[in-house]
Amino acid sequence: MTTLAVLEQRDGVLRKISHEVVTAAQRLGGSVEAVVCAAAPVQGADQAAKFGADKIVTLTNPAFAKYAPEACAQALADRAKQGGYRTIVFAASATGKDLGPRVAAKLGVGVAADLTDLVTDGDALLVTRPVYAGKALLKVKVRSQPAVASLRPNVFTPVERPKAGAAETVAVNVLAGRVTVREIKAAPAGTLDVAEAQIIISGGRGLKEPANFKVLEELARAFGGRAAVGASRAVVDAGWRAHADQVGQTGKTVSPSLYIAVGISGAIQHLAGMRTSKVIVAINKDKDAPIFKVADYGVVGDLFEIVPRLTEEIRKLHG
Amino acid sequence: MKIAVCIKRVPDSETRVKIAADGKSLDEAGIKFVLNPYDEFAVEEALRRKEQAGAGEVAVICLGPAAAQETIRTALAMGADRGVLLQADKIPIDPFETAKLIAAELKGATWDLILFGRMAIDDYNTQVGPLVAELLGLPCVTAVSHLDIEGTKGVAEREIEGGIEVVEFPLPAVLTADKGLNEPRYPALKGIMAAKKKSLEVKPVQAGAGTLEIVALTPPPDRKEGKIVGEGAGAVGELVRLLREEAKVL
Repeated sequence: MTTLAVLEQRDGVLRKISHEVVTAAQRLGGSVEAVVCAAAPVQGADQAAKFGADKIVTLTNPAFAKYAPEACAQALADRAKQGGYRTIVFAASATGKDLGPRVAAKLGVGVAADLTDLVTDGDALLVTRPVYAGKALLKVKVRSQPAVASLRPNVFTPVERPKAGAAETVAVNVLAGRVTVREIKAAPAGTLDVAEAQIIISGGRGLKEPANFKVLEELARAFGGRAAVGASRAVVDAGWRAHADQVGQTGKTVSPSLYIAVGISGAIQHLAGMRTSKVIVAINKDKDAPIFKVADYGVVGDLFEIVPRLTEEIRKLHG
Repeated sequence: MKIAVCIKRVPDSETRVKIAADGKSLDEAGIKFVLNPYDEFAVEEALRRKEQAGAGEVAVICLGPAAAQETIRTALAMGADRGVLLQADKIPIDPFETAKLIAAELKGATWDLILFGRMAIDDYNTQVGPLVAELLGLPCVTAVSHLDIEGTKGVAEREIEGGIEVVEFPLPAVLTADKGLNEPRYPALKGIMAAKKKSLEVKPVQAGAGTLEIVALTPPPDRKEGKIVGEGAGAVGELVRLLREEAKVL
């Protein structure tokens, strides 16, 4: 039994989320073949071996220099048809959510999407996925052959399980496709995306005005590049912060190791996006705010006094 | 511009989830159902495109139970021209079966654009749009937060981790709408009245069995009871100690 783990690269560098995909794939038992679409050898692709890839295949085509949805989907579906894989695993990242369904449809199946758990169960795959804004978990048996799955980011903590990771490069012959990425407008250097950050400090209406987000940005900086600043829907709708920073049902779903909610009351739609965080800290002046019900640690009081003090303490730790 | 918008009836996001006696589904008693919020962006975009073109049609297609007629009426009240309900008692658990039914309906006509919401807020499947695009052999861009169309060429922006992808595509195409694409209008009273007279065709459909089987629907594990560390800046020292020594995240 072999699982195909679909890795991601951007600008020729393996994306870290790929480690999670390989980790989840090797948990299914059997062997793991990691595959990545790229225009040239991918920097860091050999890392997949460390997390359990028995084989690392680079499918090359000039069209893969940028994300080429149709060409990648064709190349992966062709590979999947030849390989007889039991399961094909994607990350439920921006790219994985776009690519997974295209590949699945070519194989005549759907995607078991945004999983927080998956295990082999006899001939089937048993998966768990949060539904209804995280207010329930749906357990599903996937009987299709192959099964196509996508994994919620930051849930499957990479575990080192070194394997041979024999490298293979295959030039594939696919059409470039009708849908093409013209450019990527990168976020300003040094900003970390909330979907990828290990630590998230999110602000809500309690911040009072957009300029006050600088107190959260200072705290994020104190963590030395590991933290991102998120936002509640209220402040995004008010135009204080970009939609890219929004955590919640109509924003991003995140599972960082530490989530600090500052001046956020904790509406259901916000909880939907962050309740699977490993540790939640809430700072709010209203001791009855619903956010304290999901928080592991709460501090009641004026955020403009509490957050700067926290920033000092974190600086001391990292100093 | 001839545009199809595929919509879904979903429980309101504030719904309190109660699990039905079968342990596998939502107890729908007392639940308020709404037009999926991401589909509102799709409906709005279709209306704007038609208004800009000065001519055309916006058809709304929904797979769901008889009660989904109400959801279709909401889109008609916003300004869509006609609705089609693909009536099934239950929406298939397997999104590929849903996609097949919707694709079969769309095949009956030619469309300049087929729009979906990026995802439904009940099942989080995030895939029926691109599955339908594959089944129809059409180009597809997902999670579109900005859109420019000139003639038969489109440029869309989609959020990715750490940036925005600018994507070019030809029409006809399937697009899925993300927040940020537009600000959906509220149906005006006039629209609500007009919607009652618009065509709403009901077509019974039978979904295939699919390859997914629900084992259980359960409440999420309770988070361990948290604690209030203290009040004000004086509690920060203890908070940091707990984060280091107990939670071990610092």
